[in-house]
Amino acid sequence: MPALSPLLSVRDLAKSVPPARRLFGGLDLAVEAGELVAILGESGVGKSTLLNILAGLDDADEGEVLVEGVALGPLDEAARTRLRRERIGFVFQAFHILPYLTLRQNVALPLALVRPDARAAASRAEEMLGAVGLAGRGDGYARDLSGGELQRVAIARALVHSPALILADEPTGNLDPETAGRVLALFADAVRERGAAAVLVTHSEATAAVADRVLTLTAEGLVER
Amino acid sequence: MKAEPGLVRSRLALSWLIAGEWRWHPLRFALTAVAIAVGVALGFAVHLVNGSALRSFDRAVTGVNGAAELAVRASSPLGFDELLYPRVALAAGVADASPVVRLRAQANGRRFDLLGLDVMRAANVTPSLVGQRPNGPDARGDEVFGEDALFLSREALAQLETRVGARVSVTANGRTVPLTVAGLLPAIGEGQAIGVLDIAAAQWRFGRLGRLDRIDLKLADRTAAEAALSDLLPADATLSGAEAEAQQGAGLSRAYRVNLDMLALVALLTGGFLVFSAQSLSVARRLRAFALLRTLGLPKRGIVAAVAAEGLLIGLIGSAAGLAIGYGLASLALRLFGGDLGAGYFNGASGRVAFQPAAAIVFFLLGLAAAVLGSVLPARAASRAAPAAALKNAGDVLDPRAPVPWRPALVLLVAGAGAALLPAVGGLPLFGFASMALLLAGGVAGVPWLARRLLGPLAKRPTARVPALLAVRHIHGAPGEAATALCGIVASTALMIAMATMVTSFRGAVDEWLGQVLAADLYLRVEGGPGFDPAAQAALRATPGVQEIAFSRQLPLTIKPERPPVTLIARAETGRPDALIGSVERVSSPPGTVPVWVSEPARRLYGWDPGETIRLPVSGGAARFHVAGVWRDYARQFGAVVLRAGDYQRLTGDATRDEAAVTLAPGVRGEGVGRAMLARLEPEQRRLTSFAAPRALRRFALELFDRSFAVTYVLEGVAILVGLAGVAATVSAQTMARTREFGMLRHLGVAKRQITAMLGLEGALLGLVGGVAGVLLGGALAQVLIHVINPQSFNFTMTTRVPWGTVAGVVAALVLAGAGTAVLAGRRATAKDAVLAVREDW
Repeated sequence: MPALSPLLSVRDLAKSVPPARRLFGGLDLAVEAGELVAILGESGVGKSTLLNILAGLDDADEGEVLVEGVALGPLDEAARTRLRRERIGFVFQAFHILPYLTLRQNVALPLALVRPDARAAASRAEEMLGAVGLAGRGDGYARDLSGGELQRVAIARALVHSPALILADEPTGNLDPETAGRVLALFADAVRERGAAAVLVTHSEATAAVADRVLTLTAEGLVER
Repeated sequence: MKAEPGLVRSRLALSWLIAGEWRWHPLRFALTAVAIAVGVALGFAVHLVNGSALRSFDRAVTGVNGAAELAVRASSPLGFDELLYPRVALAAGVADASPVVRLRAQANGRRFDLLGLDVMRAANVTPSLVGQRPNGPDARGDEVFGEDALFLSREALAQLETRVGARVSVTANGRTVPLTVAGLLPAIGEGQAIGVLDIAAAQWRFGRLGRLDRIDLKLADRTAAEAALSDLLPADATLSGAEAEAQQGAGLSRAYRVNLDMLALVALLTGGFLVFSAQSLSVARRLRAFALLRTLGLPKRGIVAAVAAEGLLIGLIGSAAGLAIGYGLASLALRLFGGDLGAGYFNGASGRVAFQPAAAIVFFLLGLAAAVLGSVLPARAASRAAPAAALKNAGDVLDPRAPVPWRPALVLLVAGAGAALLPAVGGLPLFGFASMALLLAGGVAGVPWLARRLLGPLAKRPTARVPALLAVRHIHGAPGEAATALCGIVASTALMIAMATMVTSFRGAVDEWLGQVLAADLYLRVEGGPGFDPAAQAALRATPGVQEIAFSRQLPLTIKPERPPVTLIARAETGRPDALIGSVERVSSPPGTVPVWVSEPARRLYGWDPGETIRLPVSGGAARFHVAGVWRDYARQFGAVVLRAGDYQRLTGDATRDEAAVTLAPGVRGEGVGRAMLARLEPEQRRLTSFAAPRALRRFALELFDRSFAVTYVLEGVAILVGLAGVAATVSAQTMARTREFGMLRHLGVAKRQITAMLGLEGALLGLVGGVAGVLLGGALAQVLIHVINPQSFNFTMTTRVPWGTVAGVVAALVLAGAGTAVLAGRRATAKDAVLAVREDW
C-alpha cells in the first residue's frame, strides 16, 4: 500500500525581507490530516510571514509549498484565492469579526463566498456556533461578546466550510490565560474532530503545548522540540 | 486579464457586506446620495428650462412664418422694395409666392405680431395664416378682404381681452388705427399672439407703402428656386427657410444655454467628488475588513464590486431623486424667471415644462456614472493593498517621509493649459470646458503636494504644544488623506471662485463701459414707432434747456440668415472725439470710402478687421464700407456696426431717428427738460417715447446684468453648500475613524480638551489648505472663463477683477466649517471610554 502524501508539504523554503535580511532558509515541513502543529519563535523571526506563504498571500524566495499535493508557486492570484476560499481556514489574533454583520453572518462568510444559499449557510453557521458553545447567539453582534467569545466565533468561521488546512496566527494572543486555555482546547478538539491539518504560530509555550508537534522557527529552518 | 474566480458565486457575501455597511452608516449613504441628487437635479432642471424655452420659441417662429417652405426676408426692419415681389413670384422653381408685411403692434397695452397678407396668395402658400370668420346667419364672407378686418389668434384674443366683432385700436410703426376683430386664426397654436390683416391695409394704414418684410414661397423645385433667387435678391433681402430662423432664435441663447448646462454639470462633478471623498473614507475605514475577506477568499474584484455596487445604489437613489427634484425646480424656475432664467433672450417665451425622456436618461446615467466612478477609484486602490499587511496594520502603513506624487497633477494642469489655447468648435468653447475639467482634475490631484508645501515650515518648527504638534504632523504626514477629504470642497470652491471672478470682472467691465458710453445728461428713446422725423427732431432740438442733441438710429441688420442680426447704429457726428467708437483700435479711412466702426463681438463673429472693406445690406444696392475702428461693446452680444448718420441717410433715405443723447445747458434739471421735450412731440409719439438720466440707465443695465446672472449665483451657492456639507461629512468621518488613536493618546495622558483642540486645529488647517487650493485653482479657472470661454461664447473681452471679499469669505467659511465639524466629531469620538477605545478593533 503506497504511503499517503502529507496534506501540507513544505520543501526547502527560504525567505528574505528588504534590505537583505534573511528570515529563514532550507525550511521543510509536512503536516498530516488531523495533525495540529505549533510553530514557536521569537517576535520578528518570520512566523507570520511563513503563515502568509503557506496561505498563498506571500511568495517565498526559494522552495515550494504544496497543499493537498497542489504546488502554490505556479498558481496565479485567482487560483490561490480559490484555494484559500475552499480549502483553508484562518484564525487571527485580533479575531476580525465584522461589526456590522450578525455573528451568524460572520461565521457563514466563507460559505457565502462560495455559494449564494443564505438558508443553508445560516443553518450551517448556527451548527458551528453551537459547536463552539454559542448556540442561539447568531443574531447578536460582535459588540455583545467578550474576547474569548469573539475568538470562538472566529474558530467557528475557520471551520464552517470544512477546510483541509487551518492556519492560526497567535489565536490566543489577545486573551487572558484562563480563557486562552479554554479556547485552545476547543480549537484543538474541533480540528482533530474534522480531520483537518492545522498550523498554529505562537510565541507562547503554553499555547504550543496543545499541539501534537511543536517546532521552533530559526534562521536555518524549523527545529523539532 | 484573467477573470478571478467566483465573483458571481460570492454575491451573497457581497450583499451582506453592502447591507451591513448601509445599516451601520445610513447617514453617510444618505449624504452621498443627496450630493448626486443635487447635481442631477440642477443639470436636469437647467436642461428642461432651456428645452422648454426653445420649444415655445420654435412654436412662435413657426406660427408667425405660417410654415412656408422658404422665404425671402428683409435684412432690416426697413424692409425691401415691393417691386421685388413679381420677380420672385415668377422665378424658376417657385410655384407661388405670398407677400408679407410684418409689424410689431400694440393694442390694449399688449404686444403682438401683426402680419399684412394677400389672402388669396396666403391661402395657397401659408394657409395657417388665413383668418376664418365666425359661423352664423349674420356672418359676412367678404370680411376677410375688408380693410379694417383683423383676424386674431386665440392667444392674441385672450391677451388683448377682446372678442370677435369688437373694435380695437392697434398701434404699429407709430400709427394707431381702429380695426374690427373679424374672426380667428384657428390654425395658430397655443401661446402665440398673432394678428393678420389685408396687406394693402397694412401698408397704407401703417405707413409701409411700397415696402415688404417677407415673401413666403411655395416651391415646385427647391434647388432651382434657390439658384434663381440667389441671383435675383438685392442686398437688403436674404433667402432662408424656417429652419434658419429657428436656428437664429436658438443661436441667440445657445452659448448662454451651453454655459448653464456646463455649470450644472459642474455641480454634478462636485457631487461625484463628494462621493469619492465619502467612499474613500469608508474604504479606508474598512481596509481590514476587506483584507479579511481577501484572506478568506474574496477575489480582488469582489472588493471593487462591493464598493461599486454601493456606488450604484447611491447613484440609483440620488439620480432618481435628482430627476424628480429637477423637474420641480424647472417648473418653479420657469414660473419665477421665465424660459431664459432671467437672461432676457426670449421675451415672453416661458411655456410649460416639457419632460424630456432622452435628457432624463442621460442625466440619470451621468449621476450613476459619477457615483460609480467616485466609488470604484478608492475601491481599486483598496483591492491592491496586500491583505496580510492590511490585516495586521491597517492604520500603521503610513510613511510621512514618502514623497508626495506631483507628476500626474502637473501633466493634467499642463494639458488643461494647452486645451485652453485651442479655438472654439462650432462656435462653442468645447476645448475651454475640457481645459477647465483638466485643470480641476490637476488641481485636485495636486492638493497633497500643496498640503505638504504649505505645512512644511510648520512641521519643521519645534513646538511644545502637543495639540499643535499632532495636528500639523498628521496632515503633513498624510497629505493624501487631506486630499481625499478635500477633493469635493476644492472642486466646488475653485468653481465658485472662478465663477465669482468672471462675474465680477464682467460686471466691473460693464460698469466702467457704461460710464464711458453714457456721457450725455439725458437720453430719449422711442419704441415701437417709426422714430423722430426731421420735424420732431427740430422740435426737440429747440426745447429750452437743450444745449446740444445727438440723434441716432438703431436697427437690426441680418448679415447671415442663420445668425442673430447685428445692430446697425447711425450716429450723429458731434465734431468731438467719440468715446464709444475706436475704443479698442482705430485706423484712418482713405478718402472716398464710407467708414464704419465695428464692435468687438462683430469683429469676432464676422472677421471684420480694421482697414478691411466690408459689404453690408444697408440699402438695396451692395454698399461697401471701410472698417475704421473697433469698439468695446457689452450690450450687443451678436455685434454692432456704427455708421455716420449722414452716410446712413444718404444710403437708405431714412431720416428718422429713434434715440437722442442730450447735453443740457448749465444749471437746468434733466427731469424738467425731459418733460418739456416729450410735450413737444405728437401725442401718439409721446406715448411711445421715454427719457432717462444716465444714472437710471446705468442702474437698469446693471440690474439686467444681475438678473441674467442670477441663476449662476444660485448655482455657485449650491456648489459651495454642497462643498461645505462635504467638508463636514468627511472631517467628521475621518475623526470618528481615529477613535483608537484618541484612546491611545488619552492613555498617554493627553487630555480630552487637548484632543479636541488638536482636531479643531486639524480641521481649520484642512479648511485652510482646501481654501488656498480652491482659490488658486479658481483663479486659474477664472482665466479660462474670462479669456477663453467668455470670448468664444459671448464675444466679449474683459480684464480680471478679483472679488477679494468673496475670496476671504469663502476661505473663512471653510476654516470655520472644518474646525467646527472636527471639534463636534472629536467630542463624540473622545466621549468613549479610553480603555474601550484602545481595545476596539474597528
